[in-house]
Amino acid sequence: MREAISQALWEEMERDPKVFIIGEEVGVWGGTYAVTKGFYDHFGPERVRDTPIAEAVIVGSAIGAALTGLRPVAELMTINFAFVAMEHIVNEAAKLHYMFGGQFTLPLVIRAVSGGGRQLGATHSQTPDAIFAHFPGLKVVSPGTPADAKGLLKAAIRSNDPVLFIEHATMYQARGEVPEEEEVIPIGKSKIQRPGRDVTIVTYAKGLEISMKAAEDLAKEGVEAEVVDLRTLRPLDLEAVLESFKKTNRAVIVEEGWKSFGVGAEVSARIYEQAFDYVDAPIQRVAQKEVPLPYNRTLEQSALPQAADVIAAVKEML
Amino acid sequence: MAETISMPKLGFDMAEGTLVRWVRNEGEQINKGEVLAEIETDKATVEVASSASGVIRKLLVDQGAVVPVGTPIAIVGAADEVINDQLPVISEQSSVNSVQKAASGESREGRGAAPIQQTAVLKASPLAKKIARENRVDLSQVKGSSPGGRIVRRDIEAALAAIPTPQPSVHPAIQPSDQFVTMSKLRAAIGRRMAEAKQQAPHFYVTHEYRMDALIELRKQYNAIVPEDQKLSVNDFIVKAAALTLRQFPNLNASLKGDKVLQHGQVNVGVAVSVEGGLLTVVCKDADQKPLRQIAAEVKAMAARARQGKVRPDDIEGSTFSVSNLGMYDVDEFIAIINPPESAILAVGTARETVMVHDGAMWPGKAITLTLSADHRVVDGLPAARFMARLKELLESPAGLV
Repeated sequence: MREAISQALWEEMERDPKVFIIGEEVGVWGGTYAVTKGFYDHFGPERVRDTPIAEAVIVGSAIGAALTGLRPVAELMTINFAFVAMEHIVNEAAKLHYMFGGQFTLPLVIRAVSGGGRQLGATHSQTPDAIFAHFPGLKVVSPGTPADAKGLLKAAIRSNDPVLFIEHATMYQARGEVPEEEEVIPIGKSKIQRPGRDVTIVTYAKGLEISMKAAEDLAKEGVEAEVVDLRTLRPLDLEAVLESFKKTNRAVIVEEGWKSFGVGAEVSARIYEQAFDYVDAPIQRVAQKEVPLPYNRTLEQSALPQAADVIAAVKEML
Repeated sequence: MAETISMPKLGFDMAEGTLVRWVRNEGEQINKGEVLAEIETDKATVEVASSASGVIRKLLVDQGAVVPVGTPIAIVGAADEVINDQLPVISEQSSVNSVQKAASGESREGRGAAPIQQTAVLKASPLAKKIARENRVDLSQVKGSSPGGRIVRRDIEAALAAIPTPQPSVHPAIQPSDQFVTMSKLRAAIGRRMAEAKQQAPHFYVTHEYRMDALIELRKQYNAIVPEDQKLSVNDFIVKAAALTLRQFPNLNASLKGDKVLQHGQVNVGVAVSVEGGLLTVVCKDADQKPLRQIAAEVKAMAARARQGKVRPDDIEGSTFSVSNLGMYDVDEFIAIINPPESAILAVGTARETVMVHDGAMWPGKAITLTLSADHRVVDGLPAARFMARLKELLESPAGLV
């Protein structure tokens, strides 16, 4: 997935001279997760800008640049640092277009690394994606495959709206086919990643990885799970989810964030609202245990949702 | 103020009804006119609507109980209202209990399960409830297989699979060996009432043929310009014609009560509708005063409900005269048995192409044969013959009907 994201950035910077990168260690070092390796040498310091360790500065100056017509791609080393820049993300990026009657557009992308599982401790391992999806005016994208990462990042860079593009920390190594030809995947469109008939698993990002594994194991026991990848949290597209649910009448929602007030809460509420008469079992949610994520590897893994949790939730319903 | 809902009387001869199913539970909010329960009478399973709005405070009888007409079955009132000491119902509960006991002594065929406790919440998934509703499956008879005994789709599907596919009602296949078939309540009631009518009411019959060309043409023209659901049937014209004519023949719109003839103030025409296992008479009230369109719409709606087993009490009550039509089944003519306590019934055959003769000239045309059966205790041949002749004026010059 690292390679797919890198390709998307490279191709968009080649295509449009207004696109530039700004963030900590993105230039000379080549990115904390090595996504922008080689960019500094190729595009130069004007378009690949290293900043101080000050996320408010990164997002704030990116917003300023976007208002002048440039297309910044701001990188946050982890999404946990976005809290330092919350004022800029929530009160400026998400609102300027509205509050000035559409006089400004904000073609801004904030790339941020989310998720736990790398023993980075409670403050560097959070999956607070749902918080950002709460705010109207901000698009929130989080892909689960390399091909989607590439196609959606291209769409994000070309979008005139501010987009928070969330990459999962443990998925840079994820492998998958990426089409040779250029593909721009529209933001706000969910996708069935695995067809099935018995139960609908709704998920995104890292949740997709564990859900696909769970679905494979379930298939060995004769249970065919349909896996729907949301890909975008805002705007949230439930068309594929509802269509699948009307067929299976059962759903598990899998997310890495905490269960309370999360993506699962939102999706299950919408299913109950829009497909009540199709509900044949209480909708299940699989999510992170309600604790700050432990540093200890064993404890960390037991707090994070696993494929076994998904399988157990599915069996609970059948 | 709390209101008591009682077992309704759904016909002249109804003495008791079986409470088949509570549609709503205690503690639920109900609005006036919403269905509270399903009851089974001799004639049909009908829905009982609440006559009050409020919270269902108490259901006084169990499902499956046989309850005399007029006995309280439920109390609807405000949520915080004290109901125990202001309603006489509770003091009558002993009699209700004895009814329940009598009922639970009888084994209800095909339903082995004991009546469920109304206090227990019936757990079923929304999908299971929807499928049950669509297929008229009684959820209280289904065992849930999900955790906590919740009824889910597969339980309803299993219940549906266990129900034998009903035999086609029109031409039941002949079995290779003799067999006894238990009569349905409806079948038994029809038998009892028809035997009573044929034995007690001295029937006589008057048959008349009518030219139908004008009526058929009028109907064709009308139906060509209205939407599908507003089309008129030949029967609708006959109902209207009979109703208008009946105004002049009070003894054909009457009931014998002891040594008196009750001449009805309204003309309510019953229309016989064939249903699974028998027939029902749905009633078009004040048919003499309603436009054809309304008669058609009402009869169509009531017949549909009757066929779905969803007939409402009001649909089958209070007929003063009946029309029985086999015209759609290709019969020349037939004779009907009076539907007691009415004094006459009109049997309608098929409109056919035939040779018309008038003043020695012949031409092809359409004709229909109607036979009136009348109760000689109440009415004589002459008024019956005049009724049939008067009917001719309306059926052959149908402009008077629209």
